Amino acid sequence: MSADATQRAALAPTGLVAVTRRHWIWPAGVLVALLLPWLFFDWSTHRHSGFVLTMLSEIGLMAVFALSFNMQMGQAGLLSFGHAILFGLGGYVTAHTLNAIKAGSLWLPTELVPLAGGIGGLIFGALFGYVATKQRATAFAMITMGLGELVAACALMFMGFFGGEGGISTDRVTDTSLFGIPYSSSWQVYCLVVAWTAIAAILMRLQTQTPLGRMANACRDNFERAQFVGYDPRMVRFYQFTLSGFFAGIGGALYVLVYEIVTFDTVAAAKSATALLATYIGGAGSFFGPILGTIVVVLLQSGVSLLSNAWLLYVGVLFIVMVMYAPGGMMGIIALHEPVARTGRLRELVVPYARLLVPAVLAVLGFVLLVELASFTTIGAAQGKAFKIGPHTVDAHTALPWALGAVALIGSGLWLRWESRRFRARWDALIADAKAKGAML
Amino acid sequence: MADAFAPADPAGRLGAGSPAARAAGRWLPRIAVYGLPTALILAPLLCGLIGAAIEMYGLRRVHRNGHIAELLFTFGLALIIEKVVQMTWGLIPVPYRIPEGLDFPLFTVYGTQFPAYRAFMLLISALMFGAIWLGLTRTRIGLVIQAALTHPEMVNALGHNVPRVFTTVFAAGTALAGLAGVIGGNYQVTEPAMAFTMGPIVFVVVVFGGLGSLTGCFIASLLMGLIQTFAVVLDYSLADLLKQVGLTVTSSTPFHEVLTVPLPRIGALLPYILLVLILVFRPRGLMGTRDT
Repeated sequence: MSADATQRAALAPTGLVAVTRRHWIWPAGVLVALLLPWLFFDWSTHRHSGFVLTMLSEIGLMAVFALSFNMQMGQAGLLSFGHAILFGLGGYVTAHTLNAIKAGSLWLPTELVPLAGGIGGLIFGALFGYVATKQRATAFAMITMGLGELVAACALMFMGFFGGEGGISTDRVTDTSLFGIPYSSSWQVYCLVVAWTAIAAILMRLQTQTPLGRMANACRDNFERAQFVGYDPRMVRFYQFTLSGFFAGIGGALYVLVYEIVTFDTVAAAKSATALLATYIGGAGSFFGPILGTIVVVLLQSGVSLLSNAWLLYVGVLFIVMVMYAPGGMMGIIALHEPVARTGRLRELVVPYARLLVPAVLAVLGFVLLVELASFTTIGAAQGKAFKIGPHTVDAHTALPWALGAVALIGSGLWLRWESRRFRARWDALIADAKAKGAML
Repeated sequence: MADAFAPADPAGRLGAGSPAARAAGRWLPRIAVYGLPTALILAPLLCGLIGAAIEMYGLRRVHRNGHIAELLFTFGLALIIEKVVQMTWGLIPVPYRIPEGLDFPLFTVYGTQFPAYRAFMLLISALMFGAIWLGLTRTRIGLVIQAALTHPEMVNALGHNVPRVFTTVFAAGTALAGLAGVIGGNYQVTEPAMAFTMGPIVFVVVVFGGLGSLTGCFIASLLMGLIQTFAVVLDYSLADLLKQVGLTVTSSTPFHEVLTVPLPRIGALLPYILLVLILVFRPRGLMGTRDT
């Protein structure tokens, strides 16, 4: 937020209505999250779709995780390759807490169990943060990678806390609910996940406005100047890391509540990678970027992985494209349109975009076809699967589908290039107009 | 074990010239199934070409957005390359055995046979190391590379094409990684996940030795090999150490699981512990000339 925007926010009227009008996205988001499962409600059996609820819960808890990752990455400029250790350790603490509640040696309402995970994440965050935040930038990234490998190896080694390969299983039905809800159905758990996702997200949003959040930005942009102002960049990094551990722990706790088991996968490098991919695809520079990215990644993960062996490749390609062409991620692309929107000429982009869309979709289809063909000749064949599009079985050993895919990819690629040149000209004209009208901030 | 790391490490070191290069270099596919002599030439060549293309069309573009973007780029590329390798050669390990001409014991020490292929690996590693060392310190190109790392503007002003220097370094790094894959692939198991099991350890060696130092890298790779080998042999735990000072660890002692775990079991952890320690206390590594 620029200084101007901060000033405007300070001058804005207070009061419930005014606040809701300014922050409409929060209640709207919660409402959509609560209404969405009803679209897939099976009225004949009066049951929610288990798949949809699990996927939405996964989006919720991964969004908390990605947001906490962005507290380090986006806000403080600390690229971590081992963020999942905080998520996973929070999960392990939660699992042990739930088991202790079940055994009667501890009393904690089910609704507050995520706090236990958060505190676990906070403690481990302080521990690892003390080591990792001694350095910044690349050295920090390497330390977190080392710590990640360490914890992942420990998770398989120490049976007492981690339960080895089997992990720790638990039972979320503890009869200690504040509202008398048993949390036996996935809908009830989903509501809990939505509530905690919203709470965690709001807290993280507020944290960006605190002096610590601001100083984290300052230390990211110019740590030497931050030092001259009188702050110790190391301590700023440490506090930011520890707090981010708290929220990652909440994410891990929600994971345990949803799946009722926590295994070493939760601390492994692949989990850290998911947060990194989601954050970058959505946009690290914006608060809502990680949420958007999580939605995309989880949809690909749970939707596409049912159909294809290569979902990770698609995520990887999307990630590379973002890093190369749109460092601001999806939110960054949206933000680029703001000046044009301010001049009220956004409508003029509809046709150019539609023209771009046709070759872009064709190129994606060609690419997907080629990737799937390649994947079915090796991995798919080993699994005994056949490549089917609708009712038709595609034989990956004939030349026709390969040629089709290649032609679609190359042809539409050239078409896209030509189209994007025209789009560029249109875009430059609009931006020049926005500049002339003083709509660029 | 030590010799297993030696081939990988000069590759890592040279790749380290461009900070993110090492990441991509070691993840490149190891195409060593077509007979050893052919592979020894073909694989490095192909890997080098792929590396050059990655540098010219990817890294150079990303470089403008800073170091973090480079790191992210290679990270994403690693994901993609691993998937592509899986889709080309399948998930199961590729049959790649030691060629018959080298599959015999060279000599016997204390009843243990020393395979001839190990000697061959050692020889190639030594040749690689020697070539890199001579190339970097004794040739004009090497001096330009070294200068381009620390003073790119000045080297540019003197009329050298700095981007091309970086491309060359990156391509050489990936080519050597390919070579290391060829000679190391049948020593380990050639499979798609190979890169991800090898990757972190190469990272540890390069960082521990210090970026920009060939000697440091050499020492670090020997050290890591020795540590891992001896960790397997020495069957002690912290509890044994505490017993020496008069403390006995029982199952009721707090953290008894951590204290009683024997050294061989945590052997795989030691490199990472060392990595974290060196980065915290001496971020430039053993012999490094600049901070990581």
